[in-house]
Amino acid sequence: MRFVFEQGKWLPEALAKEKHKDRRPISRLPDLPSCEKNPEFPFSPTLLAFLEGRQLLIDDLPFSLEQIQAHYENGYLRYQKGITQTERGGYRCERCGNERAHLFASFHCARCEESCTYCRQCLMMGRVSECTPLVVSCVSPKRIAYDRPLVWSGKLSHAQQAAAEAVKQAIDRHDELTVWAVCGAGKTEVLFPGIAHALERGRRVCIATPRMDVVLELAPRFKQAFPTVPVIALYGGSEDRFKQAPLVMATTHQLLRFYRAFDVMIIDEVDAFPYSVEPMLQYAAAKARCEPSALIYLTATPHPAWQREIQKNKRMAATIPARYHGYPLPVPAFEWCGHWRKQVQKGRLPRNVLAWANERIQGGRPALLFVPHIALLQQVVQILKQLDARIEGVHAEDSARKEKVHAFRQGAIPLLVTTTILERGVTIPRLDVAVLGAEDDLFTEGALVQIAGRVGRSAQHPNGDVRFFHYGKTKAMIAAKRQIVRMNRLAQERGLLKSP
Amino acid sequence: MLKQTDVLCHECRRSFALIAGDLCECCGRPFDRVDESYRQGELCADCVRWKRDNAWRGVLTKNRSVYVYDAFMKEVIARWKFRGDYALVEAFRSDMCREFFCHFPRDSLLVPIPLSSARLYERGFNQAKALAELLGCPILDALERFDSAKQSKKSRHERLETDRVFHLRSDVLLPADASFVLIDDIYTTGTTVRHAARMLREAGAAAVSSFTLARS
Ligand SMILES: [Zn+2]
Ligand SMILES: [Zn+2]
Ligand SMILES: [Zn+2]
Ligand SMILES: [Zn+2]
Repeated sequence: MRFVFEQGKWLPEALAKEKHKDRRPISRLPDLPSCEKNPEFPFSPTLLAFLEGRQLLIDDLPFSLEQIQAHYENGYLRYQKGITQTERGGYRCERCGNERAHLFASFHCARCEESCTYCRQCLMMGRVSECTPLVVSCVSPKRIAYDRPLVWSGKLSHAQQAAAEAVKQAIDRHDELTVWAVCGAGKTEVLFPGIAHALERGRRVCIATPRMDVVLELAPRFKQAFPTVPVIALYGGSEDRFKQAPLVMATTHQLLRFYRAFDVMIIDEVDAFPYSVEPMLQYAAAKARCEPSALIYLTATPHPAWQREIQKNKRMAATIPARYHGYPLPVPAFEWCGHWRKQVQKGRLPRNVLAWANERIQGGRPALLFVPHIALLQQVVQILKQLDARIEGVHAEDSARKEKVHAFRQGAIPLLVTTTILERGVTIPRLDVAVLGAEDDLFTEGALVQIAGRVGRSAQHPNGDVRFFHYGKTKAMIAAKRQIVRMNRLAQERGLLKSP
Repeated sequence: MLKQTDVLCHECRRSFALIAGDLCECCGRPFDRVDESYRQGELCADCVRWKRDNAWRGVLTKNRSVYVYDAFMKEVIARWKFRGDYALVEAFRSDMCREFFCHFPRDSLLVPIPLSSARLYERGFNQAKALAELLGCPILDALERFDSAKQSKKSRHERLETDRVFHLRSDVLLPADASFVLIDDIYTTGTTVRHAARMLREAGAAAVSSFTLARS
């Protein structure tokens, strides 16, 4: 759309009383000034609630253009440019921070009747182009203090307690903190005291994670722990989309729709982001935070660069080196398995891999076998089916993925072959895991630590077998093993492990 | 994924299914994708029905389409048209051009199927026009779509009587002997292009065909 200047103010062309020659998309105007707030104005509480802490497109707002403009003219909302120019003459998307030229494209736009450049990076949240205003509220979000909001009867382990204290302090002081918690440490509970502290002070809290299933899993746990506090879960297509709450669980993409909304930003599984989306996440998180605010990262496997920063004390971190049950992490064993790809091509598996599979099936221990690619997965499944016809495979595009994982949990599938999609989030008692082709580039240090972290999660069965079958050790494999061993040693030194 | 430098990655490119093989002479339907009973000589059952109808006989000379409208194409078109990722039009360029000139003369006059003005504002661009612009032939914006809001105010009888989806733009003069080709994104039943073709024929066009990106 285009703006025109009429009777001393800017307004959308569609609302102009006269015809104007000078009509311009918002990107070709000076920054539109905020209007002075008119306390007499009969504002719409629904509109303000809708916009609270958010940055939305006009298309996202279920209000008439007249209503939106009236709230602008009376100082209740502002229009921002969606696309701006960088100093180097490139484009920048103000919603997602994209500045990469290949993620912009132009078209002859029917809304502004000129060539209009749009951002392809955040397109799935609605198109932001040069003639797209971003609408933000001028009213700061409501802050309600809750009296003793945490209702949780569980008890934190010693390891958890120290980290929980650090989280609480960071939240209190609006600091940045990385919580490095091994797989199975119980990192969610570690957040409880800090979040309770924030809510008691009327602060607004967001927990962002890259995966929708994590949002769905976390929301009920927080609702239970904080029964008097409204909690909403935001992901693509979620029903809570237009609701407001002091405690928000969101996928990181949904963060793009927020603007100076949170006093506490917690980013879960920060290592799970593909490297390419990380800048967008950082941008979205920064935009969604208030000034000042706390920033907490949770990770089981920080990127190598972060690990170095933590070791050099350049990054504030709290480490939880032990699992909540107090048993050490199972350490992966490396086993050379020759040119396994060639064998698979011939319809065979290396002898030791086959023996491993056989032992699991005979012993009745559920097992996951990770392989690097979908094409290989199907071949490996065919070979293993000769051992036991119930063996199945899953991958990201598998439409029966949910059903297969469910059947595996139930014991109907004794061994499940998988790509890296199951590297996180699956918790099954008595599980063993193996990686076929651990030398593949896909198996980064982080991925291998996560895979090993599937084993021995329950207190009843804290042990299990982790095997990396390989055709030549890689740095990532060695680093993963070293990380696990180091965490066990750290736990031992701090007296966090159960005595054997 | 669709967000590559190259507009499309190899994986996606390989998933595009071109229409090929034995086709219905008239509507370009691939016979290998329908039941044998659906075929009557060189025509499909739908085209035989259109031919029998006095009101529609000969209105549309023929239709040709580039891709099979399968689940994958549906997703690509949705991202392009509804999400508004205009740049994806580049992904269709080479197949569109090659297929078009296989079936239609170089001196074709292209008429994109229009959107209503409300739709056009909502999407920001007309996908049919974007496709037409790939082909490098002259384009004539000859048609306008009746406002569906106004349309629904008419009585049912009036609507059936007129049964008009499009009208000719008042400022357009049709060169009657040109070979007209309507351009659209999807051919489903063929009703839309036939309505458009009838408008052009009534205005004096000698022959009207259609060309679409995909067909079901
Ligand atoms: Zn525009
Ligand atoms: Zn963007
Ligand atoms: Zn792709
Ligand atoms: Zn036909």
